[in-house]
Amino acid sequence: MHSSGAPFWLKAAAIGGLMFMHIPILLIFVYAFTTEDRSYQWPPPGLTLDWFAVTWNRSDVWAALGLSLRVAAISTVIALILGTLCAAAVSRTKFFGRETISLLVILPIALPGIITGISLRSAFNLADIPFSFWTIVLGHATFCVVVVYNNAVARFRRTSGSLVEASMDLGANSFQTFRYVILPNISTALLAGGMLAFALSFDEVIVTTFTAGQQQTLPIWMLEELVRPRQRPVTNVVAMVVVLVTFLPILGAYYLTRGTDTVAGQGK
Amino acid sequence: MTEAVRFKGVSRHFGEVRAVDAVDMVVGEGEFFAMLGPSGSGKTTCLRLIAGFERPTAGQIDIFGESSANVPPYKRHVNTVFQDYALFPHLNVLDNVAYGLMIAGMGKRERHHLAEEALELVALPGYGSRKPSALSGGQRQRVALARALVNKPKVLLLDEPLGALDLKLREQMQEELKALQRQLGITFVFVTHDQGEALSMGDRVAVFNEGRIAQVGPPEEIYFRPQVPFVAEFVGSSNLFDPALMERLSGIAEYATVRPEAVRVHPNGSTQGHPAKVTSTSFLGTSSRVVMNLDGTRLTALLPKGADIPEPGATVIATWEAADLHIMNGAVVGAAGEAHNG
Repeated sequence: MHSSGAPFWLKAAAIGGLMFMHIPILLIFVYAFTTEDRSYQWPPPGLTLDWFAVTWNRSDVWAALGLSLRVAAISTVIALILGTLCAAAVSRTKFFGRETISLLVILPIALPGIITGISLRSAFNLADIPFSFWTIVLGHATFCVVVVYNNAVARFRRTSGSLVEASMDLGANSFQTFRYVILPNISTALLAGGMLAFALSFDEVIVTTFTAGQQQTLPIWMLEELVRPRQRPVTNVVAMVVVLVTFLPILGAYYLTRGTDTVAGQGK
Repeated sequence: MTEAVRFKGVSRHFGEVRAVDAVDMVVGEGEFFAMLGPSGSGKTTCLRLIAGFERPTAGQIDIFGESSANVPPYKRHVNTVFQDYALFPHLNVLDNVAYGLMIAGMGKRERHHLAEEALELVALPGYGSRKPSALSGGQRQRVALARALVNKPKVLLLDEPLGALDLKLREQMQEELKALQRQLGITFVFVTHDQGEALSMGDRVAVFNEGRIAQVGPPEEIYFRPQVPFVAEFVGSSNLFDPALMERLSGIAEYATVRPEAVRVHPNGSTQGHPAKVTSTSFLGTSSRVVMNLDGTRLTALLPKGADIPEPGATVIATWEAADLHIMNGAVVGAAGEAHNG
């Protein structure tokens, strides 16, 4: 029997759960407009747009935002290249230790970030590598590669291997086959993986605290701001920006990979 | 006859498995060459060796007199129609067909024009703008054919191209493929596990068994004069007599076959012949099939319309003309035993 609707208590519980998750986010947005700048007072005594102008003129915000965007962009590019190559190797060929490599690639995202962070920090210390922009990028790349790899490997498995042979058969060398057959078939998976990787990198805190030197990425800057209350609503304005910058790519990734369940190149 | 493809002692081993084992064969230019065999017999591996997707473990393959060793697939003048068609899902039909020409550096207008002509050749004009996913199985098959033919290959390789089609479409495509091959004069190498398909389409048929060619020759020869028991059993439903039975029947201890349509059935005691017990009968329209037990061996007879059909369980006398009994002189008994078990 197919019931027409869920019982009332179930609906209420579901709505309650969703509200519990999302109302705090709305509160963050509201506090971006409050006139009170020392404590989070409810209801806000007044509303103002001044904090947007204040934020705009704060050079530390721009520095942190710029660093975060650059780190995320470069980590994503590294992840796209390495993740795709690794996925191609694991799904296209059979070699000794293939399953082990597959596991080792995925491990960084299963490990707690704090472990990744500590191990990277001690490794950088041992190798005498000074903390810099590139140590942050390396830390982020460890988990960004996984996201791209997972997306790409799933698409490779769903793309018929005879497409590559068909392309070779029709005169295309390896490079042309990649350019005209493989890339168009995996592009949406790469785009989705890349967007997820970008969003993950953009709001990463734990690994970054261990691999950054004096530089502050945007999430780290926000943590510091919370400890030192000074023009508090500026943090809220920045928080809104972070939500937008991370939410849009994830939404995009969702739409891009939706409805691609059919096997590409399946003949019948 | 110019040689299109020649195998010289070609083997392809996958670890312990001898997928292709010391095969020698010649495919003539313009020939429709059918490679027939059960799955795992090595016929598809032979096709992939010609295409260049596999490298021989031993031996050499010449394509139009030139060694193909170290020639990658994309430099061979052969094209393949894949079993699953392998159409590019992200390209429309016209760009699928024009792919090889695009890779060869031909301009867009010219290659689209040639692709459209190729689509007309396979009776799919105007389908260019569709995506492969919007086509039926038979249409995809034709697109795959056009995509290969547009490159004017010297040899066209077809890997069970009709396997995914339903019976009626398959029969229609068999005729069309054969007509197309005659019209274009291109060498076709065709892989199939369907003996009827191989016999009706091939100028010559190579029957594969366990990585080796059991027999190669024109269809009539394969059908009426099998040289080894495996071929007799695999091609059609010929009755196979082993040497022990033949010794009791005629005193000649050799393998022999007799076609079901050459076997006659008479009431018990009415004539001289071989007593057999009827196990089952079935009506096939233009003929009836009678399956009998002849001294422990299965014997099938195809009786023409109007003949008296015996009841199952009855004892009858089976006869055949001496000329219809094909004795395989010198068939290797050891190999025959293996074929028997398989």
